[in-house]
Amino acid sequence: MSKVKLTIDKQIIEVDSDASVLEAAKELGIDIPTLCYHPDLSLHGACRVCMVEDEESGKLLASCATPVREGMIISTRSMKARRARRRNVELLLANHPNDCLGCDRNNHCELQEITYELGIRSQDVERVSGEKRVHELDTTGPALKRDPNKCILCGRCVRICEEVQGVSALQFTNRGFDSIVVTAFDLPQAEINCANCGQCATVCPVAAITELSEIEKVWAALEDNDKHVIVQTAPSVQATLGEEFGMETGTVVTGKMVAALRRMGFDQVFSTDFAADLTIMEEGNEFLKKLNGEGELPHITSCCPGWVKYAEHNFSDLLPHLSSAKSPMQMFSALGKTYYPEQAGIDPEKIYTVAVMPCTAKKFEKDREEINGSDFKDTDAVLTTREFARMIKEMGIDFKDLPDEEYDELMGESTGAGTIFGTTGGVAEAAVRTVKEELTGEALERLNLGFRGVNHAEVKIGDRLIKVAIANGLGNAEKLLERVRAGECDFDFIEVMACPHGCVGGGGQPRPATNEKKDKRAQGLASIDDSSKIRKSHENPQIVKLYKEFLGEPLGGESHHLLHTKYKARPKN
Amino acid sequence: MLEGDPHRLIEGMMIAAYAIGADEGYVYVRAEYPLAIKRLEKAIAAAEEYELLGDDIFGSGFNFKLHIKKGAGAFVCGEETALMASIEGKRGMPTPRPPYPAVKGLWGKPTNINNVETYSNVPYIIKHGAKEFASIGTEGSAGTKVFALTGKINNTGLVEVPMGTTLKEVIFDIGDGITNGKKFKAVQTGGPSGGCLPEEYLDLPIDYDSLISVGTMMGSGGMVVMDEDSCMVDVARFFLNFTQSESCGKCTPCREGTKRMLEILNRICDGEGKDGDIELLQELGEHIKSTSLCGLGQSAPNPVLSTIRHFRDEYEAHIHDHNCPAGVCSDLAEAYVIDEEACIGCSKCSRVCPVGAISGEIKNPFTIDPDVCIACGACEPECPVSAISQG
Repeated sequence: MSKVKLTIDKQIIEVDSDASVLEAAKELGIDIPTLCYHPDLSLHGACRVCMVEDEESGKLLASCATPVREGMIISTRSMKARRARRRNVELLLANHPNDCLGCDRNNHCELQEITYELGIRSQDVERVSGEKRVHELDTTGPALKRDPNKCILCGRCVRICEEVQGVSALQFTNRGFDSIVVTAFDLPQAEINCANCGQCATVCPVAAITELSEIEKVWAALEDNDKHVIVQTAPSVQATLGEEFGMETGTVVTGKMVAALRRMGFDQVFSTDFAADLTIMEEGNEFLKKLNGEGELPHITSCCPGWVKYAEHNFSDLLPHLSSAKSPMQMFSALGKTYYPEQAGIDPEKIYTVAVMPCTAKKFEKDREEINGSDFKDTDAVLTTREFARMIKEMGIDFKDLPDEEYDELMGESTGAGTIFGTTGGVAEAAVRTVKEELTGEALERLNLGFRGVNHAEVKIGDRLIKVAIANGLGNAEKLLERVRAGECDFDFIEVMACPHGCVGGGGQPRPATNEKKDKRAQGLASIDDSSKIRKSHENPQIVKLYKEFLGEPLGGESHHLLHTKYKARPKN
Repeated sequence: MLEGDPHRLIEGMMIAAYAIGADEGYVYVRAEYPLAIKRLEKAIAAAEEYELLGDDIFGSGFNFKLHIKKGAGAFVCGEETALMASIEGKRGMPTPRPPYPAVKGLWGKPTNINNVETYSNVPYIIKHGAKEFASIGTEGSAGTKVFALTGKINNTGLVEVPMGTTLKEVIFDIGDGITNGKKFKAVQTGGPSGGCLPEEYLDLPIDYDSLISVGTMMGSGGMVVMDEDSCMVDVARFFLNFTQSESCGKCTPCREGTKRMLEILNRICDGEGKDGDIELLQELGEHIKSTSLCGLGQSAPNPVLSTIRHFRDEYEAHIHDHNCPAGVCSDLAEAYVIDEEACIGCSKCSRVCPVGAISGEIKNPFTIDPDVCIACGACEPECPVSAISQG
């Protein structure tokens, strides 16, 4: 790459010739505010907030969309540049509800932050105010809420849904002041070909797309003395929750998280990692059967509810390949209302199950008609990592200073295999680990499938070569599954995660989310696996006990009833 | 051009394609121009029949195919990046440049994109030479330019003149002056986002640089002539209303800024203008021009800025005197009244009133409701006894 030398704010810098002025400034430690720009998405150049001045021509340039040029002299701090930024933010605010105090994103809003940083006051906005848009909110969910009145039309949601996920559930429509981001034919969120992955919500700079909150429901359950509230935490949350409390990205906070849940009043604090081990037992055995000719290969995972719904819309012909094993969350909840009350001697009717998830699609999954295994609704409430963090703050808990505590017995023990479910490649690795041991008694070395895109590996198990592929991000899944559909590949095991990087990049995870951050979260999670004493699901003592005392054997009658499910084709609208 | 001589365009595009080694060409035409499409289709079919288009043209090894893309008529699709997005089947929305089309254009491939008029000039230049072509027009703007002459002018229609021709020659010689013997007031060049020029610029030679220097542009070649009955604030409002509703809505200044300018113009025309409105319009206008993503936003404020520059007194009259000098802005015009003494109660006036402001009983004096009257003046000439007057 050839280099280009330019001057920014009187400092000379040499950067790659394909860099933008914004990137060059960043290298110098100069922070130019941005709204539509996102490092993992295509260039949009719409918000015009990142304006800088070309000192030679006096022209204003959008720094994100301006490539560097030899000899360029740029000022990011001139009055002209700062005024231009302010005006554009003022214009956005003039058409924004500005109800910050009651907003979901209060204190976590990029627009609010930029408004403060640019020194914009109410009277500045008043000067250019007039008519405001009035659109109806879409709260049909079941996972996400859209408030077009808050939308600043930065197009991040449109781009991530199209470019990364390949779903294109959202698009711009109408012109001028009437421009708006809508679903196809402006259908309610609940009726569209949306996987509920929530990637849109992770990149939205404001509160135009957020999860449908279940916080109040959970508070009510905790207040209710007749209810016995048990909670499970998904594997990835322990490596991401800390970000909400200003901790370094990728910090593992398992012990503090458990301590916080106890202080919030949950009666039992359990781990979804335990249920992930259970999923491996069921799914691993299912895969073994398929390897032995009972069922269709490739075997495709089904623990990701975003992926499952996407497959139901777009790859219904491949549904027979999907594992019938429920996701760890649903397996846990089914046991939470059967196995747990039996063991603890509690009336199952009194049990209320809460799941802390990195995911928005889990909110949809829990409401699927066919999902319940117990005589009740298996999962009562799903909280995203973000909602969970809000509740901790609301409780006045000083998270950083909490002591480390352990999960409760019975369904709290987990293995490294269960933990890595929280990142792309983890399910495949955990499954193959168990299958290999089961068949050969030999331990599996790390597959190292990487965190980004589509990857594959070959594992020798006895005299058989098992071909494993993973895809994270629905756009990548589509590419891989199209090849499967066309018969162009002969994989035995395919793991799909709807979100880039898997659950550490989930739609319910802390904002702002970038690939750089997700790499760190995945590394944090992998470190738990590396340091785990037990790294194979079938060696989890609580799992052994569960099969011995309650389920019988993997894929047995009780397991089939409680832990397996089915899928249905959905329209591709 | 497409209706009159589509062959010229085809030839121009073929020459351009040959020069750069392109083998696919697109003509983007609004679907609302069916005659242009029909004739272009016929011309392309004829060229294919004569093997002027197709594979290995005349054994030269050069292939060229020409396609027609019918556009839905979005104004912003005149912007090159939006136009290419539209051909690709995407929403007509501009993208930042660079990359320029010559590097990364249609379907991500290097693309030469020009107006129909530009390509149509190519055959002449190739045949007669650049020197011959440059002998027409001015030093900076060679050749001729076609204008769509319209407005309060006797001869309307398409006119082609050498660059450097003055506005006066186009309007008064070719266009034969203003209709009904009225006085010339302003001419707007360049389409909806061009600027308005007053009488003192009539001797301005029409070329790219001269027009830019006085706050307007060549643009689409539109030329709208206005007479003394035109209110320049209302004219600015009319054009801004168009560009605001045709803005693609992508970038903040164009989407939000033009809306605010339009609201200010609306209140000025409604008699609710405030001190500082003119300055705010100028500030927003300059801001939108200098920070918008594409040519639409960068030129949308021109009608407002140019009318403030050349007709500021009209804005001030609206704001400070609550008066529309041209009598166009109805909220500012004084209502008509009937002299009760003179009225004979014939009802002729009430029958022509378009808003039903006049009522009364036959043979008794009629009255005009000043809150309903829009001061259009339709009643005044109807009165057989001259009992109606303004104010």
